[in-house]
Amino acid sequence: MVVIHKYMRRQVKFPNVWCAGCGNGIILSTIVNAIDSLGLSRDEVVLVSGIGCSSRAPLYVDFNTLHTTHGRAIPFATGVKLANPKLTVIVITGDGDASAIGGNHLIHACRRNIDITTVIFNNYIYGMTGGQYSPTTPCGAKASTMPYGNTDHPFDLCKLTMGAGATFVARSTVYHAKILESYIKKGIENKGFSVIDALSNCHVIYGRYNKKGSAFDMINWFKDNTINVNTAIKQWGNLETAEENIGQKILTGVFKEKPLPEYTAEYDKLIERLKEKAK
Amino acid sequence: MNNNFSAFFAPSLRPLRLNIRITKNVRSHRKKKMTKRAIKLLQGNEAFCEGAILAGIRFFAGYPITPSSEIAEELSRKLPVLGGKFIQMEDEIASMGAIIGASLTGLKSMTATSGPGFSLKQENIGYASFTEVPCIIVDIQRGGPSTGLPTYVSQADMMQAKWGSHGDYPIIAVCPSSVQECITFTILAVNLSEKYRVPVIILSDEVIGHMREKVEIPLPEEIELIERKRPTCPPEEYKPFDDVPDYIPPLANFGKGYRFHVTGLTHDEWGKPAMDPVSTHKLLTRLKNKIAKNLEDICKYEALFCEDAETIVVAYGISYRVAKSAVLKAREQGIKVGLFKLITIWPFPSIQFKRICAKAKKFIVPELNQGQMIGEIMKYAPKDAEIIGVNKYDGTILEPNEIYKAII
Repeated sequence: MVVIHKYMRRQVKFPNVWCAGCGNGIILSTIVNAIDSLGLSRDEVVLVSGIGCSSRAPLYVDFNTLHTTHGRAIPFATGVKLANPKLTVIVITGDGDASAIGGNHLIHACRRNIDITTVIFNNYIYGMTGGQYSPTTPCGAKASTMPYGNTDHPFDLCKLTMGAGATFVARSTVYHAKILESYIKKGIENKGFSVIDALSNCHVIYGRYNKKGSAFDMINWFKDNTINVNTAIKQWGNLETAEENIGQKILTGVFKEKPLPEYTAEYDKLIERLKEKAK
Repeated sequence: MNNNFSAFFAPSLRPLRLNIRITKNVRSHRKKKMTKRAIKLLQGNEAFCEGAILAGIRFFAGYPITPSSEIAEELSRKLPVLGGKFIQMEDEIASMGAIIGASLTGLKSMTATSGPGFSLKQENIGYASFTEVPCIIVDIQRGGPSTGLPTYVSQADMMQAKWGSHGDYPIIAVCPSSVQECITFTILAVNLSEKYRVPVIILSDEVIGHMREKVEIPLPEEIELIERKRPTCPPEEYKPFDDVPDYIPPLANFGKGYRFHVTGLTHDEWGKPAMDPVSTHKLLTRLKNKIAKNLEDICKYEALFCEDAETIVVAYGISYRVAKSAVLKAREQGIKVGLFKLITIWPFPSIQFKRICAKAKKFIVPELNQGQMIGEIMKYAPKDAEIIGVNKYDGTILEPNEIYKAII
């Protein structure tokens, strides 16, 4: 039996809200597979999402699910986790939700190193609202609000979150579903703020504006245009030289895995200290 | 004095009396130690914290803003000692999100802010109202608009408390007029929030927040605490937004086996997005009725000298304290003036107001704004009554004389 079938919410009618061929479904199933492989109780898993195509995911699966306001999934998730640290809290967000309107919350959660796993469904566009450009849209790409080509330069979400203090940072794509799943699993296992930049395909809008072909074409594009960071470093000696030489290719892999004291655990220690003092 | 507020506490708790001793009625050979309420000199903001702790608040997320920061500071000290959680978030929007998340795990949660922060919170306040998540927002009103007067008073967020977020949504707001009430009305606010599954705003002001007065700390046995209804049905039957006869469905804690979906999209009884006309109308009507059909229970007020009053002063917050001086002076002069104190601001206590003020010919509404609550008085006052606003909006409070002049 396919794992995700065990976790589908029975009362929710299909078809779901995503376009046929959307990579978001792949990412959702990797999240569910990761949860299942860790043997987590579904009662103790909370999925928190913002607004966008990505954020429609939690409705479909049988966990505690919280679909919040645009850009604000991370603060809601912070409240859930701090209030009850026993819960496994996973944030499902998009490139716009997380790094435009939600940018401030993203960097502060990284800084706090609170034990939340954030999966960013990164399809380089605001899909739900009809194709406006996002902070990860490549320079020169067309979008409904950059009709003459994007003049902005995009975030590297992995560098951004590493710089802000996240203790597990990785990137993969919907083509590399099994690898993506392993990164999400590692992110959940990391007791700290984990970020997985999950590259996805929006062939219906972004792909159409930029002549990227079908869903199949876009997913295959990830296969041919990504390179694992460790492979690149081996090939070129170090990261800086590798980045200069890979051209348009996108680096994937685990960029950072460095556990540090976790926010809610430290706060619980404070509570214990104060309890001892009071005796 | 008649009111429907003292029934809320055990009869022995009279806010204005001192040194009340409560003895337990137990026979014993030994002389029983008499439990006495602690008496303290507290700042209004400190008293909010005292009330919050007594009410069971164990989660606070906030952001510094004058004149509310003392609340965050005090709770950052007090909460971890009690095993509660405190976090200073990166902004007021995040604070509001965090308290909603925490409340969904079952904790009673609170935030505190002032004008600019209150504006920032509005989207998430609407979210909490629509998803029916209990939480408390304290607004210590200061001069506005915009950055305005960070350290000076106003009462200019009254309408914002009702209409601040977009759409039609239920909300409750209460208004303390003394440091003692900062304690008791916080307990009231938490109880209303839990009972009605609605965010409750405590509309205070810079003067009440920063002044110091003698208070009596209610004893735990004197306080009635209300907990949100939680489901007892099997998890597969649980409808977190059920269209129940009393309009208030039970709310389960995340993590306790009831796995449900919460969304800001218009939703059905299971929480699934449902945006068709029938579901939309049904949900919005239930939310409206949840508050509108419970005015007798929700709305608290105090009426002084209103039985024979030809003129009634309607006041709230710090302006109530000033108005009371003016009213007492006028009564000494034989003027038939009454004082109607708004405790619950939203929903406006229209039923009680109409009942008590039916015979008055003149209403005076002192406010530290350009006239906000006066609109509600105009709505519910007897036809042909004269309605006069006494408005001050320069960062200072009204003086008794300014209200007295309007009475006579």
